[in-house]
Amino acid sequence: MASETTQLGFWARVQRASVERLHIRLESLVVLLALSTAMALLSPYFLSLSNFLNILLATSTIGVLAIAATFVIGSGGLDLSLGSVMGLAGVAGAFVAVNLGWPSVLAVIACILAGAIAGYINGQLVTRAFVPAFIVTLGMLGLARGLALVISQGRAIYGLPPEIVYIGQGRPFGIPMPVIILVLTAIVAHMVLAYTRFGRHTLALGDSEGAARAAGIRVEHHRRIIYTLSGALAGLAGLLFTARVNAGDPTAGINYELTAITAAIIGGTNLFGGRASILGTMIGALIMGVLQNGLTLLAVQSYYQQMAIGGVLILAVFIDQYQVRKESRV
Amino acid sequence: MTLLSLHGIRKSFGAVDVLHGVDLSVAAGEVVGLVGDNGAGKSTLMKTITGIYRADSGSIEFDGKDILALDPGQRRRLGIEMIYQDLSLAKQQDVASNIFLGREPTKRLFGLFPGFVDKSEMDRQAARMIERLGAHLPSINRSVGSFSGGQQQTVAIARALTFNPKLVIMDEPTAALAVREVQSVLDLIRRLRSEGIAVILISHRLNDVLSVTDRIVVLRHGRADADLVTAKTNMNEVVSRIVGGGDIAAAAAHEQRG
Repeated sequence: MASETTQLGFWARVQRASVERLHIRLESLVVLLALSTAMALLSPYFLSLSNFLNILLATSTIGVLAIAATFVIGSGGLDLSLGSVMGLAGVAGAFVAVNLGWPSVLAVIACILAGAIAGYINGQLVTRAFVPAFIVTLGMLGLARGLALVISQGRAIYGLPPEIVYIGQGRPFGIPMPVIILVLTAIVAHMVLAYTRFGRHTLALGDSEGAARAAGIRVEHHRRIIYTLSGALAGLAGLLFTARVNAGDPTAGINYELTAITAAIIGGTNLFGGRASILGTMIGALIMGVLQNGLTLLAVQSYYQQMAIGGVLILAVFIDQYQVRKESRV
Repeated sequence: MTLLSLHGIRKSFGAVDVLHGVDLSVAAGEVVGLVGDNGAGKSTLMKTITGIYRADSGSIEFDGKDILALDPGQRRRLGIEMIYQDLSLAKQQDVASNIFLGREPTKRLFGLFPGFVDKSEMDRQAARMIERLGAHLPSINRSVGSFSGGQQQTVAIARALTFNPKLVIMDEPTAALAVREVQSVLDLIRRLRSEGIAVILISHRLNDVLSVTDRIVVLRHGRADADLVTAKTNMNEVVSRIVGGGDIAAAAAHEQRG
């Protein structure tokens, strides 16, 4: 054991320590720093406190969705419905607050509950109907989006009460509320995934379903909880978005699953499950945020930004798979 | 004293009947070999004991309790452990995570929040268990997928023995091992017997089965076809029971050559 450790180079040892202790891949941190440096050199507006808060604010919605993606992908599943469920949840909350005129607390609950129900249905179909997660959540992508359009009759719902708007636009101590909510959510999610039995079983499940079953873990039950959790987080993202733009927009969150899944993969989540960390995912989400912010500052058309995100996703998976194959050959 | 007794266990998958009423009993501290041709139903039978499969009919009693309705986790807590042929390890997780999977010790975080895994306690106990088995692993903090076959086998055995089982089922534990490693697994089985732990050994290597077991049960066409006392039988009889007639002499000679 000792001889092997000394054989490893300094970089390899730091890498291993960061994976074992902090559950992050060092490469993603390097990419984030390199990208930020590049953007700072290219744009004079990049390095400022207000722009930094802008990036965090723009990352908050994607960040919450990426946490959901991390749990699902880490467990060996997939949730393509994240963006649509987020849109549905925002509309549901706005409908409860504006059309029904119910108290804001109920609107907040409606957002998260709508997401959780959609996720619960995903989980039931995946574990009981034996339809692959890819198909179930792709179907839910269409279903949830359609339902959001039906509820809102295709138009954004305006006129949210001030308490809801505060969730999106308030700035206690100068820090945007969505950023505070993202950070708190990420801390709790990190603790749960890395240090609780639930989190360990989630990764074991994604690693080897057979091993998890043999160990007495109730595999189907666990999957249903994870999909429900994923939906509830998409609901929270919908709340943050709706509150920030002050409207229940039925088209909110289109293509967000693409960015969220990309953030999770860049952050070191194994596409096939078994390895994931929220800390890594947050770095991944920041990379996506810096990329989008930088490209906007450089006045690159948003069409190209979309292309960049898609390209980054494929590149991240390529690099990950390349490393896995290299390691397994040793 | 009978530890495990099965009566009339039936199991079918769709139109395929695998088990047609199996009777089997194992006493505490007894080592029973389970042999049979491919497709005789050995693995299916063992999985109905561990609870991975639910028997269609029949009864299973363990330690005087009816366990037919219990799930794998509950049966494990009663003391039934299985070492699977494919080892059933979570390859990206480390040694302690595999040994304690589903049974992680927990503590309160900051003395407040319950349910947090006590990783340092897990690592400590895992290291102690590996040491007790006399095995050497490069590091217990590495993912088990980076280990050799024999090292992974050690982790699987450590997982089965950490929680003081009463019955350990081993499915082809020596199939993928080098000669020296085979001997250490056989020694381990003898040690378990001396500690009063019952073992069911599934193996194609009849020499191993004959050298280490007290009894040999032959499974054939989904039934327990023969129940032989190891001390009173021999290779020829076991082989003839497995193949059920035909060219017994040739088959036995083939087995003898190993």
